[in-house]
Amino acid sequence: MPTRSPSRTRRHALGALLTIALGHTSLLQAAAELNIYSARQEALIKPLLDTYSEQTGITINLVTGKGDALLTRLKSEGRNSPADLLITTDAGRLYRAQEAGVLQPVSSEALDRDIPANLRSSEGYWYGLSVRARGIVYARDRVSPEELSTYEALAEPQWRGRICVRSSSNIYNQSLVAGMLATDGEDKTAAWMKGFVGNFARPPQGGDRDQIKAVAAGQCDIAVVNSYYLGGMIRSTDPEQTEAAVKVAIFWPNQSDRGTHVNVSGAGVTAATDNVAAAVKLIEFLASDTSQRWYGEANNEYPVREDVPASELLRSWGEFKRDQVNVTDLGRNNAQAVMAMDRANWK
Amino acid sequence: MSIATNKGAKAWRVSLVMIAMLASLPVLVIVASLLQPYSPAWRHLLDTVLADYVINSLLLMAGVGLGTFVLGVTAAWLTTMCEFPGRRFFSWALLLPMAMPAYIIAYTYTGLLDFSGPVQTALRDTFGWGYNDYYFPEIRSLAGAIGMLSLVLYPYVYLLVRVAFLEQSTAVLEASRSLGKTAFQTFIQVALPMARPAIVAGMSLALMETLADYGTVEYFGVSVFTTGIFRTWYGLGELGTAAQLAAFLLIFVFVLIVLERWSRRRLRFHDTAVNRHPARISLSGGYAAAAFLAALAIFALGFLIPAGQLAWWTISTWEDSLDVAFVILVANSFGLAGAAALSCLLVALLLGYGKRLRPAPLEVSAVRISTMGYAVPGTVIAVGVLIPFAWLDNRIDQLARDWLNISTGLLLSGTLVALIFAYVVRFLSVSVQSVESGLARIRPSLDESARSLGQSPVGVLRRIHLPILRGSLLTALLLVFVDVLKELPTTLILRPFNFNTLAVRTYELASDERLAEAAMPALAIVIIGLLPVIVMTRTIGGRN
Repeated sequence: MPTRSPSRTRRHALGALLTIALGHTSLLQAAAELNIYSARQEALIKPLLDTYSEQTGITINLVTGKGDALLTRLKSEGRNSPADLLITTDAGRLYRAQEAGVLQPVSSEALDRDIPANLRSSEGYWYGLSVRARGIVYARDRVSPEELSTYEALAEPQWRGRICVRSSSNIYNQSLVAGMLATDGEDKTAAWMKGFVGNFARPPQGGDRDQIKAVAAGQCDIAVVNSYYLGGMIRSTDPEQTEAAVKVAIFWPNQSDRGTHVNVSGAGVTAATDNVAAAVKLIEFLASDTSQRWYGEANNEYPVREDVPASELLRSWGEFKRDQVNVTDLGRNNAQAVMAMDRANWK
Repeated sequence: MSIATNKGAKAWRVSLVMIAMLASLPVLVIVASLLQPYSPAWRHLLDTVLADYVINSLLLMAGVGLGTFVLGVTAAWLTTMCEFPGRRFFSWALLLPMAMPAYIIAYTYTGLLDFSGPVQTALRDTFGWGYNDYYFPEIRSLAGAIGMLSLVLYPYVYLLVRVAFLEQSTAVLEASRSLGKTAFQTFIQVALPMARPAIVAGMSLALMETLADYGTVEYFGVSVFTTGIFRTWYGLGELGTAAQLAAFLLIFVFVLIVLERWSRRRLRFHDTAVNRHPARISLSGGYAAAAFLAALAIFALGFLIPAGQLAWWTISTWEDSLDVAFVILVANSFGLAGAAALSCLLVALLLGYGKRLRPAPLEVSAVRISTMGYAVPGTVIAVGVLIPFAWLDNRIDQLARDWLNISTGLLLSGTLVALIFAYVVRFLSVSVQSVESGLARIRPSLDESARSLGQSPVGVLRRIHLPILRGSLLTALLLVFVDVLKELPTTLILRPFNFNTLAVRTYELASDERLAEAAMPALAIVIIGLLPVIVMTRTIGGRN
């Protein structure tokens, strides 16, 4: 008995023939190949994958899309799914994929050693690859950092009409609330949200960069945003963005208690693949020293590894304590968070 | 007497029903979700946000209905019934907003008009105002969404009403004028009611697009049915409940279709007699200026300003974006849109002509159901395609494993075939509308004469109908082409590995809030979308 199922090779050969018959421009199957479904958009993952292809000769095929849509595709394709790896931009989707049974547990000494335990699945279903922190951006001329302390304090009356934040349909807000549910509990979170939503300067709209621009323009004084958007604006070629970015500064909340809320982008090996070893190798590459530095340079995200320094820009924002809650909880509490936000009328 | 009597016609009927069934499969998959158990999430939706979704969707439809009516009818009236400087130019220029995807016009106007944009900043700098010192309409709002959608969807009304006005009998309009009515009274009391079927048909297309829109409302933070569907799916992780919501959305669609059918019942003209178009009203002085300004305003708001903004952004970014990859994007978009437009046209011809051969309840309802996909959000269609295709592929694979001990893998899922099929489901309505209205203008006696001279049904189609229908077929082809070019969500989910389009690239950049960099692919969509619009205006132009 061969250890590797012959069916996959045959399936690939047949697939290649069909591909040609159906008129695609696809070369005949090379020896080694990995297929990836990625919720991380192309510009923020392809350069790394290209490097890996150059180093190893492995062809990498990529489809990008929204996390849940890719998950649905993976689910309905079942054991015949061509995907070997699923990459998402938040832990909640990885957890959902794990629950749906489309990922398989793998073990890797390097990954278990390098990636902190709270940023990966304990059974090896998925691994966090970059850290995204949700901080508070404030107007330098109207707010002094001493006025800020925690997310919880943003419900206080002194912030009435001064806060900008995007819609609760956004996953980063959902994760923020899911994390709060995990530490503060349901009642306290609901009470907090009532005050917080009452302090909005305007109905939620636009993305995180829009919130930063609104703070710079004076429509509100503070905004809750993912830090890499501020990084993107600082390094933008568009003067409108860079001019807005210098008018604000970032504050890391909850430093005296649980720490600033963080989420991860990450990857898991699909249950359908029979290419486990190669898929794990690729995750290990994405967690390697050079790849980890790249996340910071390309998208101003923090490395998931504690032994890899963040980019220069990120270091200029100061060290901060990260919330140690297991990101699995963010996924587990996501639906509950959305319902709580609906009840609090956070649009 | 039915035209269909021989074997050929019967084969046509069978294939009609089969194709209609296939095309309705994704929609039926969604409808079937209503039979699934209702999860506790429903309780939560009813208690909190569902009322918002319904009310906002209705308001959005009412607003866009009014907006497309006013803009579309004004544009059609001015360019067909009046004579003023620039009329010839505007008669085709007013179609151009059609090439502008709603989500892209939303990005551009937000860039211009929001609090930190150039317009408000200039106002503040000029007058020394701060936040809250002045009133400025909020672009990212329900009203803003109504404005954006109206500006890009009114061409549907314009296109159809324009033809209706041009085809109105001279005699009726002149009778009205000779009975002492003014030009305006004639318009309100005679021309407009006579054009009602065209108005309703155009508006129902616009409203179906409105119901399916996700990009604009999501960006503006307006809670409507589509945003609710995705919030339920992505946020609550309840795909089943989301599908049920989508099935309820189909009720709205159904009402629209019935409305459109009802209005078209009065549109029973097999009129090939040549009408002399009444002399246009020559406007002069203030009236001419007003007409010119009104047409210019619609054109500027719907096309010139947003396209100008895109061009401005592109100037600052094109050097980084223009490479081989970009050329591949253009080629992919072009090829995909072309293939989908052709497929839609073939299916539409089959359905339309099949229905003409035998307009019995079975055929009529088969055609109706298979065109419902137009108002269903693309992502929902995609899921409706994904599930049955993957199921079929997996069954085939299982059989092959059992009998032949080989694995066939996924034969159709993740291929362009699945994607083009989804486009057909989504946009079939557009081509069927064109083909049907074209066929309706051909007198059945022509068919009968040809058949009595020994032509088969296919022969009649080939020798008689296709030559007469050339204009309608071209319209069908071009409308779908433009629609597919702009399409995003279905493409995103169903596309094969390593296959990107202009819309996908635009979206990826815009969703990362890099609007300036998104401008070049967006502008490319608009420019490619212009080509068919220009071809179409030439065929229209031939008629005035």
